[in-house]
Amino acid sequence: MSSDLTRFTAAELAAKIQAGDGEVHAFLHVAAEKAREVARGVDADVAAGREPASPLAGVPLALKDVVTTEGIPTTAGSRMLEHWVPPYDATVTARLYQAGIPILGKTNMDEFAMGSSTENSAYGPTHNPWALDRIPGGSGGGSAAALAAFQAPLAIGTDTGGSIRQPGSVTGTVGVKPTYGGVSRYGLVAFSSSLDQAGPCARTVLDAALLHEVIAGHDRMDSTSIDAPVPPVVEAARQGLSGDLSGVRVGIVREFSGEGYETGVTASFEAAVKQLTVLGAEVVEVSCPHFGYALPAYYLIAPSECSSNLARFDAMRYGLRVQLPGAGAEEVMSATREAGFGAEVKRRIMIGTYALSSGYYDAYYGQAQKVRTLIKRDFDAAFAGVDVLVSPTTPTTAFKIGERVGNPMSMYLADLCTVPASLAGVPAMSVPSGLSADDGLPVGLQIMAPALQDHRMYRVAAAYESARDAADGGPLINRIPELEAVKA
Amino acid sequence: MTSVADLMAYDEVLDRFDPVLGLEVHTELNTQTKMFCGCTTTFGAEQNTQTCPICLGLPGALPVVNAVGIESAIRIGLALNCEIAQWCRFARKNYFYPDMPKNFQTSQYDEPIAFNGWLDVLLDDGSVFRVEIERAHMEEDTGKSLHVGGSAGRIHGAEYSLLDYNRAGVPLIEIVTKPITGTGERAPEVARAYVSALRDLLRALNVSDVRMDQGSLRCDANVSLMTKDATEFGTRTETKNVNSLRSVERAVRFEMCRQGAILATGGSILQETRHYEEVSQSTRSGRIKETAEDYRYFPEPDLVPIAPSREWVEQLRATLPELPWERNNRLKADWNLSDEEFRDLVNAGALELIVATVDAGAPADEARSWWVAYLTQQANTRGVELAELPITPARLARVIVLIAEGKLTTTLARQVVDGVLAGEGEPDEIIAARGLAVVSDDSALLAAVDEALAEQPDIAEKIRSGKVAAAGAIVGAVMKKTKGQADAKRVRELILERCAEQ
Ligand SMILES: [Zn+2]
Repeated sequence: MSSDLTRFTAAELAAKIQAGDGEVHAFLHVAAEKAREVARGVDADVAAGREPASPLAGVPLALKDVVTTEGIPTTAGSRMLEHWVPPYDATVTARLYQAGIPILGKTNMDEFAMGSSTENSAYGPTHNPWALDRIPGGSGGGSAAALAAFQAPLAIGTDTGGSIRQPGSVTGTVGVKPTYGGVSRYGLVAFSSSLDQAGPCARTVLDAALLHEVIAGHDRMDSTSIDAPVPPVVEAARQGLSGDLSGVRVGIVREFSGEGYETGVTASFEAAVKQLTVLGAEVVEVSCPHFGYALPAYYLIAPSECSSNLARFDAMRYGLRVQLPGAGAEEVMSATREAGFGAEVKRRIMIGTYALSSGYYDAYYGQAQKVRTLIKRDFDAAFAGVDVLVSPTTPTTAFKIGERVGNPMSMYLADLCTVPASLAGVPAMSVPSGLSADDGLPVGLQIMAPALQDHRMYRVAAAYESARDAADGGPLINRIPELEAVKA
Repeated sequence: MTSVADLMAYDEVLDRFDPVLGLEVHTELNTQTKMFCGCTTTFGAEQNTQTCPICLGLPGALPVVNAVGIESAIRIGLALNCEIAQWCRFARKNYFYPDMPKNFQTSQYDEPIAFNGWLDVLLDDGSVFRVEIERAHMEEDTGKSLHVGGSAGRIHGAEYSLLDYNRAGVPLIEIVTKPITGTGERAPEVARAYVSALRDLLRALNVSDVRMDQGSLRCDANVSLMTKDATEFGTRTETKNVNSLRSVERAVRFEMCRQGAILATGGSILQETRHYEEVSQSTRSGRIKETAEDYRYFPEPDLVPIAPSREWVEQLRATLPELPWERNNRLKADWNLSDEEFRDLVNAGALELIVATVDAGAPADEARSWWVAYLTQQANTRGVELAELPITPARLARVIVLIAEGKLTTTLARQVVDGVLAGEGEPDEIIAARGLAVVSDDSALLAAVDEALAEQPDIAEKIRSGKVAAAGAIVGAVMKKTKGQADAKRVRELILERCAEQ
């Protein structure tokens, strides 16, 4: 890699984002100075003939604004943290810097990662580069849109119920939720602790695998981090690129089909399955009878944990404080939370507070945890017979901005296929599976694997990606309509 | 505030009701670092200097359990004869308060690390009362609020409040008793004796500073009364802010009398938190909440379950130090004391002082004699606890050693001790300053002996005729002449020698 290229990636991309992010609004903050500093370090390594810090040294990245960055604002898409500058780096952030990856800036997201459209950001929505009137998915819409808009070649997202995979699906990019515990949560502004997981976002499977290896691995600062070797995802992606899937058993989840799935999405999925067969995979249908309860269970567990995790935003130590002369601490807390949280966050805090209340705990939170156990057992049973499971990532392509804002239930349905893997803690990813015949918008194929077998899905995804690119005459992302910002 | 008129006489309370106690003791562990982060835990450090993203609850920060904290919890559980959980979790106790950085306390709920134990408590009359232990669980301490302006440092009426998070995240063990019944009139005493025994136990385990005055040992006393024919417990109150052993006893007694008065007039007890007030020796109602506090406990998802292996538990059991009651039995035997003698010495608060004096080089019987006799008398005169006397075991030990070496007589020694109590410095300095050294110069003594014999010729004659017992009068006279600075034994020898010569 030449020093000219590194200088281009860091400095010029940052300048380009600063000049032309208006149409997409993928970024909340551009960190050009710090990005240049990291890039200069990479330049110095190259000039001195030293080994680069990692295969991705000098390749710039867009970081979801839920990951703390020392000296760079971190808002989590909320008014509550509008001017908050963290005094510490998340483990993910530190590992990116160690790998010589310049962080271009922080990307837009649904407030505290709650949402499926990035419309819940306190700083305005992000637009899907494929069609600016469409949502880029959520909560990590900013990271996915930055990739699709060629503002950054790499991004980091966080996935609680689908916040990496669903944006990947609707923007024609690759998004990976690693095994729970595979990537440290230290420094992720928590939404739902037992579900949150940071992961790589990229335009190709191999890029995602390379980034996965940079951020993954045990971290003493996160008690739920798994102390085990990082699955060999890069090796698996390279193996997959050979295009051979013979001996791989793929399960189709029967429950992920039918009503609610757009015909274009279903057709794309069926074509993808056929492609896997062509590559030599053995495809069987499996049943996961409890997956139908995943969404309600998720919408009890995640709000319950969030109601506790977000209690700390009380105006006492950091973040927003509504000044009320003469008022006591309780009134200031109350007024600040009223002003600082958006409607969706408040809704989930209320649901979670209710679900954890004495007298309701067993019926709601307790019951949801039982469902979670049953879903894990469904996965165990399925993986006894197959290596990976596949499904559409989300039942529809990108919907229009504003279309579902008034109807939370329809918004929650976007997570239908993604939440089971979240509840079970198993790895899952979305890889582009072409454009829908209905509206010409991207569709995603979800691939799920057993815990710590992340490499299995990378192999299948890479094989599928290379076959589809060959059939289409190039990567799907090349078919994105030109944006003013991209042309500039 | 409850007025004195609303109290029932203690005897009447006992005639009509049986008291039921429940004691919750919080002890801060003396670990080097906090329960879930690496911050130090020094008491009294400058405000907010022992904090980090984790104990300040900054967005994104996560807890990591302090292994020493778990070890201490297990050792406490074992010493309290508890079962140790095979598997347990932390839980979040959710409520809003500015001194709690995350607005939830990481604690344990229905899965405590230790449960089902007991502690035998020695009462003043020498009998033993067994207190059953419900559980001991781990949690983190909160920060501290300082309310400025308004009335007496309370939040209501304060102009503003300052927050210090140095204490936030310091490891706490909460030890909860099962309901304590059958104490009768001794309820306040049992409460005090239990906290005292627990304090000694925690000190022996070296897991806590157990300073009630600094808050490293805190007691909440639950008290209720049931009528003699009742089958169910009455409504209880929980009294907090009980900061000394004496306060524990007084708070329980006060609550019994207060509740008795209410129940006797047909009233009902409000289940509430009350605060003990040292000055008035009474309890006052805390703020009454309109609804019961709902802490919305759920398992802490940021921490993994704790599953102490049985091997580890047994290793910890094997390394438990000599526990207070074991040590007491040993000391009683070593010092050759009866149960009664030993109990008196414990009740006088002299046990640790004697042990320390012996450790500093004094023989046990001498040390005991000084503390339980002369010094107890001095403490009573001054109206202070024995331990509050301004004499250290080391200084007393020095005095005792000087007596053994013949450099002080008992009379002189008391003057030296008086000097120490008066703040005149080290025993040796006082001896020099007051000129208290024993007159060991035989020629000087002989002059005094001759003088005394000459003054009382009839007694001198008796001695010469073999009535040796008469020498006592001459000894007394010589001691008077030497202002007590002579060694009486030597004086006696010299008298007998002199009379034999003549
Ligand atoms: Zn700390």
